[in-house]
Amino acid sequence: MAQLNAQGQPYEDETPEPEAPAPASQASGDALDDLLAEIDGSLQVNAEQFVRSFVQKGGQ
Amino acid sequence: MIPTDIPPPLDVDPARRIFGLETEFGLHLDSAAARAVTPEEVAGHLFHSVVQWGRSSNVFLTNGSRLYIDVGAHPEYATAECDTLTDLIAMDKAGERIVQDLVAGGEERLRAAGVEGEIHLYKNNTDSAGNSYGCHENYLVRRRADFKAFASALLPFLVTRQIATGAGCITRTPQGAHYSFSPRADHMWEGLSSATTRSRPMINTRDEPHANAELYRRMHVIVGDSTMAEPTTLLKVGATDLILRIMEARAVLPELALAREMQAIRDVAHDLTGKATVELEDGRRLTAVEVQQTYLDLVRSHLDGVIERTEEVDAILDLWQRGVDAVRTQDFTLVETELDWAIKHRLITRYRDRLGCDLADPRLARLELAFHDVSPERGLFAKLQAQGLVRRIVPEDAIVAAMSRAPETTRARLRGEFVTRALESGRDFTVDWVHLKIAGSSGTTVLLKDPFRSEDARVDALLDALATA
Repeated sequence: MAQLNAQGQPYEDETPEPEAPAPASQASGDALDDLLAEIDGSLQVNAEQFVRSFVQKGGQ
Repeated sequence: MIPTDIPPPLDVDPARRIFGLETEFGLHLDSAAARAVTPEEVAGHLFHSVVQWGRSSNVFLTNGSRLYIDVGAHPEYATAECDTLTDLIAMDKAGERIVQDLVAGGEERLRAAGVEGEIHLYKNNTDSAGNSYGCHENYLVRRRADFKAFASALLPFLVTRQIATGAGCITRTPQGAHYSFSPRADHMWEGLSSATTRSRPMINTRDEPHANAELYRRMHVIVGDSTMAEPTTLLKVGATDLILRIMEARAVLPELALAREMQAIRDVAHDLTGKATVELEDGRRLTAVEVQQTYLDLVRSHLDGVIERTEEVDAILDLWQRGVDAVRTQDFTLVETELDWAIKHRLITRYRDRLGCDLADPRLARLELAFHDVSPERGLFAKLQAQGLVRRIVPEDAIVAAMSRAPETTRARLRGEFVTRALESGRDFTVDWVHLKIAGSSGTTVLLKDPFRSEDARVDALLDALATA
Protein backbone atom coordinates (compact mmCIF):
# COMPACT_ATOMS: atom_id res chain seq x y z
CA MET A 1 0.00 0.00 0.00
CA ALA A 2 1.23 3.48 -0.89
CA GLN A 3 2.36 5.70 1.97
CA LEU A 4 0.02 8.50 2.87
CA ASN A 5 0.92 12.09 3.62
CA ALA A 6 -0.63 14.11 6.43
CA GLN A 7 -3.74 14.79 4.39
CA GLY A 8 -4.30 11.09 3.88
CA GLN A 9 -3.43 11.34 0.20
CA PRO A 10 -0.79 9.20 -1.46
CA TYR A 11 2.52 10.99 -1.94
CA GLU A 12 2.73 12.46 -5.40
CA ASP A 13 5.66 10.33 -6.53
CA GLU A 14 4.04 7.16 -5.28
CA THR A 15 0.85 7.60 -7.22
CA PRO A 16 0.83 4.86 -9.83
CA GLU A 17 1.47 6.17 -13.31
CA PRO A 18 -1.73 5.88 -15.30
CA GLU A 19 -1.26 3.27 -17.98
CA ALA A 20 -0.85 4.75 -21.42
CA PRO A 21 -3.99 3.51 -23.15
CA ALA A 22 -3.70 2.03 -26.59
CA PRO A 23 -4.80 4.55 -29.22
CA ALA A 24 -7.87 2.50 -30.09
CA SER A 25 -9.24 2.56 -26.57
CA GLN A 26 -8.25 6.15 -25.79
CA ALA A 27 -11.74 7.50 -26.35
CA SER A 28 -13.46 4.78 -24.35
CA GLY A 29 -10.87 5.20 -21.59
CA ASP A 30 -11.83 8.86 -21.34
CA ALA A 31 -15.51 7.89 -21.25
CA LEU A 32 -14.78 5.49 -18.40
CA ASP A 33 -12.90 8.14 -16.45
CA ASP A 34 -15.77 10.58 -16.95
CA LEU A 35 -18.24 7.99 -15.72
CA LEU A 36 -16.16 7.17 -12.65
CA ALA A 37 -15.83 10.88 -11.88
CA GLU A 38 -19.60 11.21 -12.14
CA ILE A 39 -20.40 8.39 -9.70
CA ASP A 40 -17.38 8.80 -7.43
CA GLY A 41 -19.20 10.97 -4.89
CA SER A 42 -22.14 8.64 -4.39
CA LEU A 43 -19.99 5.52 -4.24
CA GLN A 44 -17.79 6.91 -1.48
CA VAL A 45 -20.64 7.74 0.91
CA ASN A 46 -20.57 5.12 3.68
CA ALA A 47 -19.23 2.55 1.23
CA GLU A 48 -18.21 0.12 3.94
CA GLN A 49 -21.51 0.33 5.82
CA PHE A 50 -23.44 0.03 2.56
CA VAL A 51 -21.61 -3.12 1.51
CA ARG A 52 -21.79 -4.72 4.95
CA SER A 53 -25.52 -4.20 5.18
CA PHE A 54 -26.10 -6.34 2.10
CA VAL A 55 -26.60 -9.76 3.65
CA GLN A 56 -29.07 -12.32 2.42
CA LYS A 57 -29.77 -15.92 3.07
CA GLY A 58 -28.27 -18.23 0.50
CA GLY A 59 -30.40 -19.31 -2.41
CA GLN A 60 -29.96 -22.27 -4.69
CA MET B 1 -66.21 -27.63 -26.50
CA ILE B 2 -62.51 -27.79 -25.91
CA PRO B 3 -60.73 -30.44 -27.97
CA THR B 4 -58.95 -32.91 -25.76
CA ASP B 5 -56.77 -34.58 -28.37
CA ILE B 6 -53.17 -34.04 -27.44
CA PRO B 7 -51.26 -33.31 -30.65
CA PRO B 8 -48.31 -35.62 -31.37
CA PRO B 9 -44.84 -34.30 -30.55
CA LEU B 10 -43.34 -32.22 -33.34
CA ASP B 11 -40.47 -33.66 -35.31
CA VAL B 12 -37.73 -31.22 -34.35
CA ASP B 13 -34.42 -30.41 -36.05
CA PRO B 14 -31.63 -31.57 -33.68
CA ALA B 15 -30.06 -28.11 -33.88
CA ARG B 16 -33.17 -26.57 -32.38
CA ARG B 17 -33.10 -26.38 -28.61
CA ILE B 18 -35.20 -24.91 -25.84
CA PHE B 19 -33.25 -22.60 -23.54
CA GLY B 20 -34.18 -20.94 -20.29
CA LEU B 21 -32.39 -18.83 -17.69
CA GLU B 22 -33.39 -18.53 -14.03
CA THR B 23 -31.95 -15.61 -12.11
CA GLU B 24 -32.06 -15.11 -8.36
CA PHE B 25 -31.56 -11.43 -7.59
CA GLY B 26 -29.81 -10.11 -4.52
CA LEU B 27 -32.23 -7.95 -2.53
CA HIS B 28 -30.72 -5.12 -0.48
CA LEU B 29 -32.52 -2.51 1.60
CA ASP B 30 -30.20 0.42 2.17
CA SER B 31 -31.75 2.21 5.12
CA ALA B 32 -30.83 3.49 8.56
CA ALA B 33 -33.86 1.52 9.73
CA ALA B 34 -32.99 -1.64 7.79
CA ARG B 35 -32.88 -3.73 10.95
CA ALA B 36 -36.54 -3.00 11.63
CA VAL B 37 -37.60 -5.18 8.69
CA THR B 38 -36.67 -8.71 7.71
CA PRO B 39 -35.59 -9.60 4.15
CA GLU B 40 -38.88 -11.52 3.84
CA GLU B 41 -40.82 -8.37 4.67
CA VAL B 42 -38.84 -6.34 2.15
CA ALA B 43 -39.55 -8.98 -0.49
CA GLY B 44 -43.22 -8.88 0.50
CA HIS B 45 -43.38 -5.12 -0.01
CA LEU B 46 -41.52 -5.44 -3.30
CA PHE B 47 -44.03 -8.02 -4.56
CA HIS B 48 -47.12 -6.24 -3.25
CA SER B 49 -48.23 -5.09 -6.71
CA VAL B 50 -47.62 -8.57 -8.12
CA VAL B 51 -49.86 -10.12 -5.47
CA GLN B 52 -52.48 -7.46 -6.25
CA TRP B 53 -52.92 -8.59 -9.86
CA GLY B 54 -51.72 -12.17 -9.61
CA ARG B 55 -53.15 -13.11 -6.17
CA SER B 56 -49.84 -14.74 -5.41
CA SER B 57 -46.16 -13.92 -5.15
CA ASN B 58 -45.55 -16.76 -7.59
CA VAL B 59 -46.91 -15.81 -11.01
CA PHE B 60 -46.53 -16.36 -14.71
CA LEU B 61 -46.35 -13.16 -16.73
CA THR B 62 -47.82 -12.17 -20.08
CA ASN B 63 -44.36 -12.75 -21.59
CA GLY B 64 -44.60 -16.41 -20.55
CA SER B 65 -41.93 -16.09 -17.87
CA ARG B 66 -42.23 -16.86 -14.16
CA LEU B 67 -41.68 -14.35 -11.36
CA TYR B 68 -41.59 -15.35 -7.71
CA ILE B 69 -39.91 -15.10 -4.34
CA ASP B 70 -37.49 -17.96 -3.89
CA VAL B 71 -35.71 -19.54 -0.91
CA GLY B 72 -33.89 -16.83 1.04
CA ALA B 73 -36.26 -13.99 0.01
CA HIS B 74 -34.65 -13.68 -3.40
CA PRO B 75 -36.80 -12.31 -6.18
CA GLU B 76 -36.42 -14.84 -8.97
CA TYR B 77 -37.22 -14.54 -12.65
CA ALA B 78 -37.27 -17.59 -14.90
CA THR B 79 -37.41 -16.79 -18.60
CA ALA B 80 -40.01 -18.30 -20.85
CA GLU B 81 -38.88 -21.09 -23.18
CA CYS B 82 -36.76 -19.64 -25.99
CA ASP B 83 -35.45 -21.45 -29.05
CA THR B 84 -33.04 -18.73 -30.16
CA LEU B 85 -30.22 -17.10 -28.23
CA THR B 86 -31.35 -13.59 -29.14
CA ASP B 87 -34.83 -14.30 -27.76
CA LEU B 88 -33.20 -15.67 -24.61
CA ILE B 89 -31.02 -12.60 -24.12
CA ALA B 90 -34.01 -10.30 -24.72
CA MET B 91 -36.11 -12.29 -22.21
CA ASP B 92 -33.29 -12.26 -19.66
CA LYS B 93 -32.74 -8.52 -19.97
CA ALA B 94 -36.50 -7.95 -19.85
CA GLY B 95 -36.51 -9.77 -16.50
CA GLU B 96 -34.04 -7.27 -15.02
CA ARG B 97 -36.40 -4.45 -15.94
CA ILE B 98 -39.48 -6.30 -14.70
CA VAL B 99 -37.99 -6.74 -11.21
CA GLN B 100 -36.57 -3.22 -11.22
CA ASP B 101 -40.05 -1.88 -12.00
CA LEU B 102 -41.20 -3.27 -8.64
CA VAL B 103 -38.70 -1.16 -6.68
CA ALA B 104 -40.54 2.18 -6.57
CA GLY B 105 -43.73 0.54 -5.27
CA GLY B 106 -41.77 -1.46 -2.70
CA GLU B 107 -40.02 1.67 -1.41
CA GLU B 108 -43.34 3.48 -1.19
CA ARG B 109 -44.84 0.72 0.95
CA LEU B 110 -41.75 0.66 3.18
CA ARG B 111 -42.03 4.42 3.61
CA ALA B 112 -45.67 4.02 4.61
CA ALA B 113 -44.49 1.49 7.19
CA GLY B 114 -42.03 4.05 8.54
CA VAL B 115 -38.91 2.73 6.82
CA GLU B 116 -37.19 5.29 4.63
CA GLY B 117 -34.66 3.74 2.28
CA GLU B 118 -33.64 2.49 -1.10
CA ILE B 119 -34.15 -1.02 -2.44
CA HIS B 120 -31.34 -2.31 -4.63
CA LEU B 121 -31.61 -5.43 -6.77
CA TYR B 122 -28.36 -7.04 -7.84
CA LYS B 123 -27.94 -9.50 -10.65
CA ASN B 124 -24.95 -11.12 -8.95
CA ASN B 125 -24.21 -14.30 -7.01
CA THR B 126 -22.92 -13.41 -3.56
CA ASP B 127 -23.72 -11.08 -0.68
CA SER B 128 -21.14 -9.49 1.60
CA ALA B 129 -21.39 -12.34 4.13
CA GLY B 130 -20.46 -14.92 1.51
CA ASN B 131 -23.91 -16.40 0.91
CA SER B 132 -24.42 -17.50 -2.67
CA TYR B 133 -27.42 -17.67 -4.95
CA GLY B 134 -27.56 -18.76 -8.51
CA CYS B 135 -28.18 -18.26 -12.16
CA HIS B 136 -29.49 -21.52 -13.56
CA GLU B 137 -29.23 -22.42 -17.22
CA ASN B 138 -31.69 -24.86 -18.73
CA TYR B 139 -31.00 -26.78 -21.91
CA LEU B 140 -33.59 -29.20 -23.20
CA VAL B 141 -31.81 -32.37 -24.33
CA ARG B 142 -33.07 -35.56 -25.92
CA ARG B 143 -33.61 -38.27 -23.32
CA ARG B 144 -31.03 -41.02 -23.16
CA ALA B 145 -30.38 -43.95 -20.87
CA ASP B 146 -26.87 -42.81 -19.92
CA PHE B 147 -27.80 -39.33 -18.70
CA LYS B 148 -25.38 -39.29 -15.76
CA ALA B 149 -22.40 -40.17 -17.94
CA PHE B 150 -23.62 -37.67 -20.51
CA ALA B 151 -23.84 -34.91 -17.90
CA SER B 152 -20.48 -35.84 -16.38
CA ALA B 153 -18.84 -35.43 -19.76
CA LEU B 154 -19.82 -31.75 -19.69
CA LEU B 155 -18.00 -31.04 -16.40
CA PRO B 156 -14.48 -30.29 -17.74
CA PHE B 157 -16.07 -27.71 -20.02
CA LEU B 158 -18.12 -26.16 -17.20
CA VAL B 159 -15.16 -26.06 -14.80
CA THR B 160 -13.01 -24.12 -17.28
CA ARG B 161 -15.46 -21.94 -19.22
CA GLN B 162 -15.33 -19.34 -16.42
CA ILE B 163 -12.14 -17.90 -17.96
CA ALA B 164 -14.41 -16.63 -20.73
CA THR B 165 -17.88 -16.40 -19.21
CA GLY B 166 -17.20 -15.74 -15.52
CA ALA B 167 -18.62 -12.58 -13.97
CA GLY B 168 -15.33 -11.72 -12.27
CA CYS B 169 -15.08 -10.60 -8.64
CA ILE B 170 -12.76 -9.35 -5.95
CA THR B 171 -12.00 -12.22 -3.58
CA ARG B 172 -11.04 -11.21 -0.05
CA THR B 173 -8.89 -13.51 2.05
CA PRO B 174 -6.98 -13.05 5.30
CA GLN B 175 -3.87 -12.72 3.12
CA GLY B 176 -5.36 -9.87 1.08
CA ALA B 177 -7.58 -9.41 -1.93
CA HIS B 178 -7.23 -10.59 -5.51
CA TYR B 179 -9.35 -10.61 -8.62
CA SER B 180 -10.98 -13.93 -9.61
CA PHE B 181 -12.84 -15.14 -12.68
CA SER B 182 -15.97 -16.44 -10.97
CA PRO B 183 -17.78 -15.59 -7.72
CA ARG B 184 -19.74 -18.83 -7.98
CA ALA B 185 -16.76 -21.18 -8.20
CA ASP B 186 -16.03 -21.22 -4.46
CA HIS B 187 -19.59 -22.28 -3.71
CA MET B 188 -19.58 -25.53 -5.69
CA TRP B 189 -19.34 -28.77 -3.75
CA GLU B 190 -20.21 -31.55 -6.20
CA GLY B 191 -20.25 -32.37 -9.87
CA LEU B 192 -23.71 -33.86 -10.16
CA SER B 193 -26.52 -34.13 -7.65
CA SER B 194 -30.27 -33.96 -7.46
CA ALA B 195 -30.13 -31.57 -4.48
CA THR B 196 -29.45 -27.84 -4.77
CA THR B 197 -29.41 -25.83 -1.55
CA ARG B 198 -27.97 -28.70 0.50
CA SER B 199 -25.10 -29.73 -1.73
CA ARG B 200 -24.68 -27.22 -4.61
CA PRO B 201 -23.69 -29.32 -7.58
CA MET B 202 -22.55 -27.93 -10.94
CA ILE B 203 -25.34 -29.81 -12.69
CA ASN B 204 -28.60 -30.58 -10.96
CA THR B 205 -29.80 -33.99 -12.14
CA ARG B 206 -33.34 -33.80 -10.80
CA ASP B 207 -35.44 -35.28 -13.59
CA GLU B 208 -37.88 -32.48 -14.25
CA PRO B 209 -38.16 -31.92 -18.00
CA HIS B 210 -41.35 -29.79 -17.99
CA ALA B 211 -41.97 -31.62 -21.25
CA ASN B 212 -42.74 -35.05 -22.67
CA ALA B 213 -40.56 -37.20 -20.39
CA GLU B 214 -40.29 -40.00 -22.92
CA LEU B 215 -38.50 -37.70 -25.33
CA TYR B 216 -36.76 -35.04 -23.29
CA ARG B 217 -34.70 -34.26 -20.25
CA ARG B 218 -33.53 -30.98 -18.86
CA MET B 219 -29.84 -30.25 -18.47
CA HIS B 220 -29.97 -27.96 -15.46
CA VAL B 221 -26.60 -26.20 -15.15
CA ILE B 222 -26.24 -24.29 -11.89
CA VAL B 223 -22.52 -23.57 -11.82
CA GLY B 224 -22.64 -20.41 -13.94
CA ASP B 225 -22.44 -16.80 -12.84
CA SER B 226 -25.24 -14.34 -13.49
CA THR B 227 -24.06 -12.33 -16.47
CA MET B 228 -24.74 -8.67 -17.20
CA ALA B 229 -23.30 -8.07 -20.68
CA GLU B 230 -25.34 -9.47 -23.55
CA PRO B 231 -22.26 -10.91 -25.34
CA THR B 232 -21.28 -12.77 -22.15
CA THR B 233 -24.71 -14.39 -21.98
CA LEU B 234 -24.48 -15.22 -25.68
CA LEU B 235 -21.16 -16.97 -25.12
CA LYS B 236 -22.17 -18.68 -21.86
CA VAL B 237 -25.26 -20.29 -23.33
CA GLY B 238 -24.11 -20.43 -26.96
CA ALA B 239 -20.84 -22.27 -26.34
CA THR B 240 -22.54 -24.69 -23.96
CA ASP B 241 -25.19 -25.39 -26.59
CA LEU B 242 -22.52 -26.10 -29.23
CA ILE B 243 -20.78 -28.62 -26.95
CA LEU B 244 -24.13 -30.25 -26.15
CA ARG B 245 -24.93 -30.54 -29.86
CA ILE B 246 -21.69 -32.43 -30.44
CA MET B 247 -22.37 -34.65 -27.44
CA GLU B 248 -25.92 -35.32 -28.58
CA ALA B 249 -24.62 -36.33 -32.02
CA ARG B 250 -22.57 -38.94 -30.13
CA ALA B 251 -19.37 -37.66 -31.65
CA VAL B 252 -16.08 -38.61 -30.02
CA LEU B 253 -15.10 -36.18 -27.27
CA PRO B 254 -11.54 -35.35 -26.22
CA GLU B 255 -10.39 -37.13 -23.06
CA LEU B 256 -10.55 -34.32 -20.52
CA ALA B 257 -12.14 -35.92 -17.45
CA LEU B 258 -10.84 -34.10 -14.38
CA ALA B 259 -9.34 -35.84 -11.36
CA ARG B 260 -10.74 -33.40 -8.79
CA GLU B 261 -13.38 -31.06 -10.14
CA MET B 262 -13.94 -29.06 -6.95
CA GLN B 263 -10.25 -28.32 -6.59
CA ALA B 264 -9.99 -27.55 -10.30
CA ILE B 265 -12.83 -25.03 -10.39
CA ARG B 266 -11.29 -23.12 -7.49
CA ASP B 267 -7.77 -23.21 -8.88
CA VAL B 268 -8.99 -21.88 -12.23
CA ALA B 269 -11.14 -19.18 -10.61
CA HIS B 270 -8.31 -17.72 -8.56
CA ASP B 271 -5.64 -17.58 -11.24
CA LEU B 272 -6.12 -14.63 -13.55
CA THR B 273 -2.84 -15.45 -15.33
CA GLY B 274 -4.39 -18.59 -16.80
CA LYS B 275 -1.29 -20.58 -15.89
CA ALA B 276 -2.77 -22.69 -13.11
CA THR B 277 -3.17 -26.30 -14.17
CA VAL B 278 -5.92 -28.78 -13.47
CA GLU B 279 -5.23 -32.48 -13.04
CA LEU B 280 -6.89 -34.88 -15.44
CA GLU B 281 -7.97 -38.40 -14.56
CA ASP B 282 -5.25 -39.71 -16.88
CA GLY B 283 -2.60 -37.83 -14.89
CA ARG B 284 -1.94 -35.00 -17.34
CA ARG B 285 -2.05 -31.40 -16.15
CA LEU B 286 -3.56 -28.76 -18.43
CA THR B 287 -4.34 -25.08 -18.03
CA ALA B 288 -7.91 -23.84 -18.36
CA VAL B 289 -6.75 -22.06 -21.52
CA GLU B 290 -5.66 -25.40 -22.99
CA VAL B 291 -8.88 -27.15 -22.01
CA GLN B 292 -11.04 -24.38 -23.48
CA GLN B 293 -8.94 -24.25 -26.65
CA THR B 294 -9.46 -28.00 -27.04
CA TYR B 295 -13.24 -27.54 -26.87
CA LEU B 296 -13.08 -24.61 -29.24
CA ASP B 297 -11.07 -26.64 -31.75
CA LEU B 298 -13.53 -29.50 -31.33
CA VAL B 299 -16.44 -27.25 -32.27
CA ARG B 300 -14.50 -25.89 -35.26
CA SER B 301 -13.85 -29.44 -36.46
CA HIS B 302 -17.61 -30.05 -36.60
CA LEU B 303 -18.52 -26.90 -38.52
CA ASP B 304 -20.66 -27.69 -41.54
CA GLY B 305 -21.04 -31.17 -40.13
CA VAL B 306 -22.85 -31.59 -36.82
CA ILE B 307 -22.89 -27.81 -36.48
CA GLU B 308 -24.33 -25.73 -39.25
CA ARG B 309 -22.31 -22.60 -39.73
CA THR B 310 -24.35 -19.45 -39.15
CA GLU B 311 -23.47 -15.83 -38.45
CA GLU B 312 -24.37 -16.43 -34.82
CA VAL B 313 -22.13 -19.52 -34.55
CA ASP B 314 -19.28 -17.49 -36.07
CA ALA B 315 -19.89 -14.69 -33.57
CA ILE B 316 -19.82 -17.16 -30.66
CA LEU B 317 -16.60 -18.78 -31.87
CA ASP B 318 -14.96 -15.40 -32.48
CA LEU B 319 -15.77 -14.14 -28.98
CA TRP B 320 -14.83 -17.48 -27.41
CA GLN B 321 -11.43 -17.41 -29.12
CA ARG B 322 -10.79 -13.82 -28.10
CA GLY B 323 -11.78 -14.69 -24.52
CA VAL B 324 -9.29 -17.54 -24.41
CA ASP B 325 -6.63 -15.39 -26.13
CA ALA B 326 -7.19 -12.57 -23.63
CA VAL B 327 -6.23 -14.88 -20.78
CA ARG B 328 -3.40 -16.55 -22.66
CA THR B 329 -1.79 -13.26 -23.72
CA GLN B 330 -3.01 -11.30 -20.67
CA ASP B 331 -4.25 -8.63 -23.08
CA PHE B 332 -7.68 -8.08 -21.53
CA THR B 333 -8.51 -5.31 -24.02
CA LEU B 334 -9.43 -8.11 -26.47
CA VAL B 335 -12.74 -8.56 -24.63
CA GLU B 336 -13.01 -5.50 -22.39
CA THR B 337 -16.41 -4.44 -23.76
CA GLU B 338 -17.90 -7.93 -24.09
CA LEU B 339 -17.03 -10.30 -21.27
CA ASP B 340 -18.20 -9.51 -17.75
CA TRP B 341 -15.01 -10.43 -15.95
CA ALA B 342 -12.92 -8.19 -18.24
CA ILE B 343 -15.41 -5.31 -18.20
CA LYS B 344 -15.40 -5.39 -14.40
CA HIS B 345 -11.66 -5.84 -14.17
CA ARG B 346 -11.12 -2.73 -16.25
CA LEU B 347 -13.64 -0.77 -14.19
CA ILE B 348 -12.18 -1.84 -10.85
CA THR B 349 -8.59 -1.29 -11.95
CA ARG B 350 -9.36 2.20 -13.19
CA TYR B 351 -11.23 3.14 -10.01
CA ARG B 352 -8.53 1.66 -7.81
CA ASP B 353 -5.93 3.75 -9.63
CA ARG B 354 -8.10 6.80 -9.21
CA LEU B 355 -8.46 6.22 -5.47
CA GLY B 356 -4.92 4.98 -4.99
CA CYS B 357 -6.19 2.17 -2.78
CA ASP B 358 -5.71 -1.58 -2.75
CA LEU B 359 -8.20 -4.20 -3.93
CA ALA B 360 -9.55 -4.86 -0.45
CA ASP B 361 -10.87 -1.29 -0.17
CA PRO B 362 -14.64 -1.28 0.58
CA ARG B 363 -15.18 1.41 -2.05
CA LEU B 364 -14.29 -1.17 -4.69
CA ALA B 365 -16.78 -3.62 -3.19
CA ARG B 366 -19.31 -0.80 -3.41
CA LEU B 367 -18.37 -0.36 -7.08
CA GLU B 368 -18.96 -4.07 -7.69
CA LEU B 369 -22.47 -3.84 -6.27
CA ALA B 370 -23.16 -0.79 -8.44
CA PHE B 371 -22.05 -2.78 -11.50
CA HIS B 372 -24.63 -5.49 -10.77
CA ASP B 373 -27.41 -3.10 -9.70
CA VAL B 374 -30.12 -3.44 -12.35
CA SER B 375 -31.42 0.08 -11.79
CA PRO B 376 -30.82 2.36 -14.80
CA GLU B 377 -30.36 5.32 -12.42
CA ARG B 378 -28.54 3.88 -9.41
CA GLY B 379 -26.74 1.11 -11.23
CA LEU B 380 -23.56 1.43 -13.23
CA PHE B 381 -24.13 -1.16 -15.92
CA ALA B 382 -26.77 0.80 -17.82
CA LYS B 383 -24.44 3.81 -17.84
CA LEU B 384 -21.57 1.71 -19.20
CA GLN B 385 -23.80 0.47 -21.98
CA ALA B 386 -25.05 3.97 -22.77
CA GLN B 387 -21.44 5.16 -23.06
CA GLY B 388 -20.62 2.36 -25.50
CA LEU B 389 -18.31 0.74 -22.95
CA VAL B 390 -20.31 -2.48 -23.13
CA ARG B 391 -21.38 -3.92 -26.45
CA ARG B 392 -25.00 -4.80 -27.02
CA ILE B 393 -26.48 -7.55 -29.15
CA VAL B 394 -30.24 -7.24 -28.84
CA PRO B 395 -32.02 -4.06 -30.00
CA GLU B 396 -33.60 -1.96 -27.28
CA ASP B 397 -37.10 -2.36 -28.72
CA ALA B 398 -36.78 -6.17 -28.60
CA ILE B 399 -36.05 -5.99 -24.86
CA VAL B 400 -38.96 -3.63 -24.26
CA ALA B 401 -41.25 -5.93 -26.26
CA ALA B 402 -40.01 -8.97 -24.32
CA MET B 403 -41.23 -7.42 -21.07
CA SER B 404 -44.82 -8.14 -22.10
CA ARG B 405 -44.70 -10.47 -25.11
CA ALA B 406 -43.63 -14.10 -25.12
CA PRO B 407 -41.28 -15.63 -27.71
CA GLU B 408 -43.30 -16.46 -30.85
CA THR B 409 -41.79 -19.82 -31.69
CA THR B 410 -42.19 -21.96 -28.56
CA ARG B 411 -44.82 -23.11 -26.08
CA ALA B 412 -44.27 -19.80 -24.28
CA ARG B 413 -46.38 -18.12 -26.97
CA LEU B 414 -49.39 -20.21 -25.89
CA ARG B 415 -48.86 -19.48 -22.21
CA GLY B 416 -48.25 -15.78 -22.81
CA GLU B 417 -51.39 -15.45 -24.89
CA PHE B 418 -53.42 -17.34 -22.30
CA VAL B 419 -52.19 -15.22 -19.38
CA THR B 420 -52.76 -12.00 -21.35
CA ARG B 421 -56.33 -12.88 -22.31
CA ALA B 422 -57.20 -14.38 -18.94
CA LEU B 423 -56.09 -11.19 -17.16
CA GLU B 424 -58.12 -9.09 -19.62
CA SER B 425 -61.20 -11.23 -18.99
CA GLY B 426 -60.91 -10.97 -15.23
CA ARG B 427 -61.49 -14.72 -14.90
CA ASP B 428 -59.58 -16.81 -12.41
CA PHE B 429 -57.04 -19.12 -13.97
CA THR B 430 -54.18 -21.39 -13.11
CA VAL B 431 -51.03 -21.78 -15.13
CA ASP B 432 -47.62 -23.40 -14.84
CA TRP B 433 -44.94 -24.55 -17.29
CA VAL B 434 -47.11 -27.34 -18.75
CA HIS B 435 -50.71 -26.58 -17.72
CA LEU B 436 -53.33 -23.98 -18.57
CA LYS B 437 -56.73 -23.87 -16.94
CA ILE B 438 -59.64 -21.46 -16.57
CA ALA B 439 -61.02 -21.82 -13.07
CA GLY B 440 -64.52 -23.23 -12.94
CA SER B 441 -64.67 -23.99 -16.66
CA SER B 442 -65.90 -27.54 -16.17
CA GLY B 443 -62.39 -28.30 -15.06
CA THR B 444 -60.71 -28.56 -18.46
CA THR B 445 -56.95 -28.47 -18.10
CA VAL B 446 -54.83 -28.16 -21.22
CA LEU B 447 -51.60 -30.09 -20.91
CA LEU B 448 -48.77 -28.68 -23.04
CA LYS B 449 -46.08 -31.32 -23.13
CA ASP B 450 -44.27 -30.17 -26.25
CA PRO B 451 -42.18 -27.05 -25.58
CA PHE B 452 -41.47 -26.67 -29.31
CA ARG B 453 -45.15 -26.34 -30.22
CA SER B 454 -46.31 -22.73 -30.53
CA GLU B 455 -49.75 -23.40 -31.99
CA ASP B 456 -52.42 -25.61 -30.49
CA ALA B 457 -56.14 -25.85 -31.28
CA ARG B 458 -56.92 -26.65 -27.64
CA VAL B 459 -55.42 -23.35 -26.55
CA ASP B 460 -57.33 -21.50 -29.29
CA ALA B 461 -60.48 -22.99 -27.82
CA LEU B 462 -59.48 -21.85 -24.33
CA LEU B 463 -58.89 -18.33 -25.66
CA ASP B 464 -62.31 -18.39 -27.35
CA ALA B 465 -63.86 -19.49 -24.07
CA LEU B 466 -62.22 -16.51 -22.34
CA ALA B 467 -63.41 -14.11 -25.04
CA THR B 468 -67.03 -15.24 -24.79
CA ALA B 469 -67.22 -15.47 -21.03
